[in-house]
Amino acid sequence: MTAGVGYVSIFLALLCALWGIIAPILAQRTRNERFFAGARAAILGQFVFVTLGASALIYGLVMTDFSIKYVAMNTTRATPVYYRVTGLWGALEGSLLLWEWILIIFSALVAWIYKDRHRELMPWVLMIFSVVSTFFLAVVAFASNPFETVFPVPLDGRGLNPLLEDANMMTHPPLLYTGFVGLTVPYAFAMAALIVGRLDESWIVTTRRWTITAWFFLTMGNLVGAWWSYHVLGWGGYWAWDPVENAAFMPWLPATAFLHSVQVQERRRMLKVWNLSLIIIAFSLTIFGTFLTRSGVLSSIHAFSNGPVGGVFLAFLALILLVSFGLLVYRADHFKEQQQLDSMVSRESAFLLNNVVLVSALFTIFLGTIFPLISEAVAGVPVSVGAPYFNWVTVPLFLLLVFLMAVGPMIAWRRASWDNLRRNFLWPAAASLMIGLVLSGVWIREFLSLLGFTLCTFVVATILFDTALAVLARRRVAGEGIFTALATLARRNQRRYGGLVVHLGIVLITLGIAGSMSYSVERQATLGQGETLAIGAYRIRFEGLRGSEQPTHYRVEGAFQVFNNGHALGLFSPALKFFPNQQSPVGRAVHRSSFSEDLYLILSGFSEIENNRATLKVLVRPLVVWIWLGGVVIALGTLVAIWPFRKDRGWKMEG
Amino acid sequence: MPWRRLIITGALVLPLIGILAYGFYRDPRYIPSPMVGKVAPPFTLTLFNGDRLGLADVRGKVVFVNFWASWCPPCRAEARELEAAWQKFKNDNVVFVGVQLQDSKENGIAFIKEFNITYPTGLDISGRIAIDYGIWGIPETFFIDAAGRITYKHVGSLGPAIIAAKINEARQGLVSVKEGRGEYQSIR
Repeated sequence: MTAGVGYVSIFLALLCALWGIIAPILAQRTRNERFFAGARAAILGQFVFVTLGASALIYGLVMTDFSIKYVAMNTTRATPVYYRVTGLWGALEGSLLLWEWILIIFSALVAWIYKDRHRELMPWVLMIFSVVSTFFLAVVAFASNPFETVFPVPLDGRGLNPLLEDANMMTHPPLLYTGFVGLTVPYAFAMAALIVGRLDESWIVTTRRWTITAWFFLTMGNLVGAWWSYHVLGWGGYWAWDPVENAAFMPWLPATAFLHSVQVQERRRMLKVWNLSLIIIAFSLTIFGTFLTRSGVLSSIHAFSNGPVGGVFLAFLALILLVSFGLLVYRADHFKEQQQLDSMVSRESAFLLNNVVLVSALFTIFLGTIFPLISEAVAGVPVSVGAPYFNWVTVPLFLLLVFLMAVGPMIAWRRASWDNLRRNFLWPAAASLMIGLVLSGVWIREFLSLLGFTLCTFVVATILFDTALAVLARRRVAGEGIFTALATLARRNQRRYGGLVVHLGIVLITLGIAGSMSYSVERQATLGQGETLAIGAYRIRFEGLRGSEQPTHYRVEGAFQVFNNGHALGLFSPALKFFPNQQSPVGRAVHRSSFSEDLYLILSGFSEIENNRATLKVLVRPLVVWIWLGGVVIALGTLVAIWPFRKDRGWKMEG
Repeated sequence: MPWRRLIITGALVLPLIGILAYGFYRDPRYIPSPMVGKVAPPFTLTLFNGDRLGLADVRGKVVFVNFWASWCPPCRAEARELEAAWQKFKNDNVVFVGVQLQDSKENGIAFIKEFNITYPTGLDISGRIAIDYGIWGIPETFFIDAAGRITYKHVGSLGPAIIAAKINEARQGLVSVKEGRGEYQSIR
């Protein structure tokens, strides 16, 4: 019954989506307003039916309706309700339905918010939404159906992969999907602008907040994914340059580039083709990411199921690239009257350089990710590309980006004068150089991390210096106190100050990555009862092993007493969990975070329990916690940037 | 129509799609064994009955070396087939050897009893033989010709047709180009 409702809804939604593609074309042909209304009705219809379908699946999961194969595969009677709901995205079929659901929510929002605006663009915007939605609905209906039924009905289900039973299951996948799907909005407007041939700035101005929102979700999705990896997977790291991680990260790069380069177009009417290309690439990469994770063409530590959807996604990717770039070159004649850069020392060129660096990073990561395929196709030799390559090529690029993060927001548009440069950068540069010198004298010897820390202080110094000058000016002009002045500044120029706060968040993340990449210490030892392992200021004494039967698995825990400079920090018990239907044990690492460093304990093995010998891996990773705090700061900055302080101009243009 | 620019777009996009599509025709987890075609690493195995069997002692015969464990489902699946093949080939100058790994001797002996296995079998206590042969998952099986050269490697469970065909090839000294795979089960 539930399955029937779900499947029929998906079908009805698919019919609406097809109508949503046809109606705008008819509206254009016949100049009949009714067809435009039809395009909007099609979006509304998809929204209603997809919501019904998704609700049916959630209902089936919560009520453990094991006649639905997907429910049987992803829940058990013992699964708590929380994980039954998250089972919606516990496997491929449900994830695609969730994707479609978020997509159609975005589409409905766009259709509703702009119902009286952009009369020329909107039919095509809605059509693009319907095209993407048709694709996902068709995949859900025909290739990867979450409402497939089983008979006889199993007594109990198989349950989620135990690694997915984590509180982050509620956050990481939906955040990432929302980020991916959010990029559809600027993409749809860009395509509509190309179709209509109206290549002014209106599509960019309209989608600015949508792009920032999508970028925010993308950033959070990646950060929470890293946090999950660090807290749950128990290998002591947060990023492994695995193809699946790259797939999630790659759209972030052109999206970030786009956020910056559109400002150049808004101000100087330059980079039109470039901006269109960036958003096409960013959107294509979200489809590419799904292709990569679901096709099994690359070896990944993430054990996603391979289904028939890989080929379908590849075909859709080909379609998007050919049609979008085809349309772009078809319209290329409209881009003729472009302005020229006035000077190499200007904000335009800083943003342009930022774009070049981001796209270079994208290219190198993309190349590294698919290199195993290229190598085997061309040379017949399978290779694997690992973290050393990615770190080696991307670290210098990211450091250059940090430098540009200091320069870009402060340098003048068009042509920076010596006066402008001296005023904005002299003191911050002097301060950060001083700090860099002190750091090199005290404890940082490695060049890249020294450069990283110095550049980070440079960014912070420029931001503080600039803001301080602005606050002083407000005091002089309006007699405001510091906090009132800050609030006024943020409200009057929210994109600028929101952006600066985001930059501070990025600096914190850079600090965390630099610290944990360069100064981590790691030791591994097999300990008998009462033996200790020393690492840095820590001494870790092995107290014994304990095995216990848990509801879903058997758990072996090691007890370790930890001392920091002689102070007892308490008992740490990393564990190995043995699930009956898993081939290898799942580790549960424990760690203790502080602002300066994390202590991370992993039980990597043990002899038989009576023997009481355990192999322990210990990591001391400095500054990791700043990566997560940086995420919080980015969230704050994004809020500053998009908060609707002024109702009337809410989602329209400003600044 | 700006045909030239459209063609250039296609020429940039299509090879990329082609490369990605090529991915469907390969298994990213497939790592070809460098052992095939090389001389088989020598080993001596202590059998369950206490005898010792060295690879050098059976030079001149076709040797069938099967790595297994009692806890591995595909090993159970192929056990009867292997014994049947042994009964068929044992008088044809062929030797079967079962190398048990990551397991206990008691479980091994129980397994032998359960499936009435009569060919020489023993436990690789240190795991040394498995390391020499680059065992990655079980079951894995090596076919060695009379000259002591590995002619074929099979990952996963084996059926009678492949056993007969590959023993025949080993007799003629034919080396397979690629390793084969049956139902695959990793031991991780």
